[in-house]
Amino acid sequence: MKRYPPFVALAVLAVLPLVGLSTYTMHVLILVIMWAVIGMAWNLLGGYCGQVSFGHAAFFGVGAYTAGILYSKFDWSPWWGIPLSIAVVSVFSLVLGFIVLRLRGPFFALATLASGEIMRVTAENWVDFTGGTLGILVQKRTWVGKTWYYYIILLIAAGTFLLVKKLIESKLGYYFVAIREDQDAAESLGIHTTLYKTVALCLSGALTGVAGAFYLNYMGYIDPFVVFGLHDISIVTIMIVMVGGVATYWGPFVGAVIMVLLAEWIRSIPGLGAAYQTLFGILLIVIIIFLPNGIVGDFPKIKRLLGLQRTS
Amino acid sequence: MTSALLEVLLQTLISGILLGGLYALIGIGMTLIMGVMKIINLAHGELMMVAMYVAYWMFVLFHIDPYLSVLIATPLLFFLGVGIQKFLINPVLKVDSILPENQVILTVGIGMVLANLATIFFTADYRSTPVNYATSAWYLSDYWRSSPIELSLSVPWTVSFGFALFITVALWFFLTKTDAGKSIRATAQDMETALLMGVNVKLMRVVTFGIGSGLVGAAGCLFIPIYYLFPSLGGQFTLIAFVITILGGLGSTVGAILGGLILGIFESMTATYVGMGWAPVGRFAIFIACLIFLPGGVASLLRRKRLGK
Repeated sequence: MKRYPPFVALAVLAVLPLVGLSTYTMHVLILVIMWAVIGMAWNLLGGYCGQVSFGHAAFFGVGAYTAGILYSKFDWSPWWGIPLSIAVVSVFSLVLGFIVLRLRGPFFALATLASGEIMRVTAENWVDFTGGTLGILVQKRTWVGKTWYYYIILLIAAGTFLLVKKLIESKLGYYFVAIREDQDAAESLGIHTTLYKTVALCLSGALTGVAGAFYLNYMGYIDPFVVFGLHDISIVTIMIVMVGGVATYWGPFVGAVIMVLLAEWIRSIPGLGAAYQTLFGILLIVIIIFLPNGIVGDFPKIKRLLGLQRTS
Repeated sequence: MTSALLEVLLQTLISGILLGGLYALIGIGMTLIMGVMKIINLAHGELMMVAMYVAYWMFVLFHIDPYLSVLIATPLLFFLGVGIQKFLINPVLKVDSILPENQVILTVGIGMVLANLATIFFTADYRSTPVNYATSAWYLSDYWRSSPIELSLSVPWTVSFGFALFITVALWFFLTKTDAGKSIRATAQDMETALLMGVNVKLMRVVTFGIGSGLVGAAGCLFIPIYYLFPSLGGQFTLIAFVITILGGLGSTVGAILGGLILGIFESMTATYVGMGWAPVGRFAIFIACLIFLPGGVASLLRRKRLGK
């Protein structure tokens, strides 16, 4: 019984476009799945390996810009950016990891935050290469409809889910959790912590980069503020995993559904739209104080609070 | 020709030092909180933004000079900090969770709320305080008629620097000479031992967060005459504060002062010789160089020298 839910979910999601949903619903669905991919990628590094990154916008943006520059400078189809971004972002993560992985805990968090900001400022100022604040516009979108974009991101999400699940169930996953629980103890047991942290960072970065390359193909436009945004990318990624559930398989999905729907809903209410960051902030504070392991992680606690389960 | 070059260099150096003094004040607040609480306050810049709005409205509504607002904004921010620590951060310290970084993420949430509320109430417009001394300056040639080079010293920058210096010295006296200050330092050095020595650690944490917020509030007031103001300026100053603490060495007050000066000089050098837009990159370049070559910051150099004697 436990083996089926992923397949059931995938089957339901695969049939969904055939029902004839509106373009807007499809757009929201695509965003939800894209954010779920980013959330899963973050979860691999932050949830399992315990390295809380505040700079996933750096990976997202580098992935998006890989595809964008491929298009604007070399005149290739931006779809090539998806496979290429894996290589580019992995190399970028290696270099970044060399610097930031020597830091621990909150210092790692802030160093990654700074790296995201560095990338943004660089993209803004390096006008010849990135187009500066004008950004990159893809003149001709591949498809007008949303269906194919939906299937592509669904495929990416399914692949990511499978990869994360296999990884976490393998020996590597146990190494990651050991590093999260106590890095010194893991080191003394013979785990090469630097190596495995680098592996986690590269994998997490590459997956986020793929999502970024997809974003360029889907939206057709990027600029430094959009793809390297601290609040709009890095913090939202953390919130998705925090709300959904840290170190759970389904947490990023639940978080992405809640956060994307919430964002779309709040922005559509006149007068309240401007306050959406306040509401996000309050939600984050409430979640951290009352459900520190997220909705999926603290599900038993929620059930108990609602009186669905007897307290043992 | 060379005198012109020298002039630019010296002028850059002067503005760098003036900026560095203000940066140091921001950095000290952060390093104090980090030393005692062992958490990074990512809402630091946002707290400064709140203080800047306080000073701005004091000036616009009641015509109170921003430098006098230091006396209003600092206590206000102190109590805001105490409130945040007591009602938001303390409960999280007790909660058991997978990730220990929850407190850091919590401060991000606080910062988001503050920045967004400021946008709602005060709009996202850039504002500046029209003090009448904003553009006045002292010139070297006024005092030394035959000087070969011309240097100027902006009045508000210099006054702000003086205030920052005064506050820093006052804080140093507080930390080294008073009982409360000594208790704070003891808590930072070893919480459990401090507890055994009869220090009220819980109170000290709350007070430290308040002092850190108050310091950054004072810095905000000092920035008002020389800087423009907008709701999302906090993030940039949070990063500056963090870079300073890394540069100076974690939890070291002297290090924070030196780190602030280094960063100020370095930033104005990048702005002059590389380009205005690249100044933030210079800030991060020095940060990364520090992480690679001098992970302990300036404080570790000072310590090494002392032990070497």
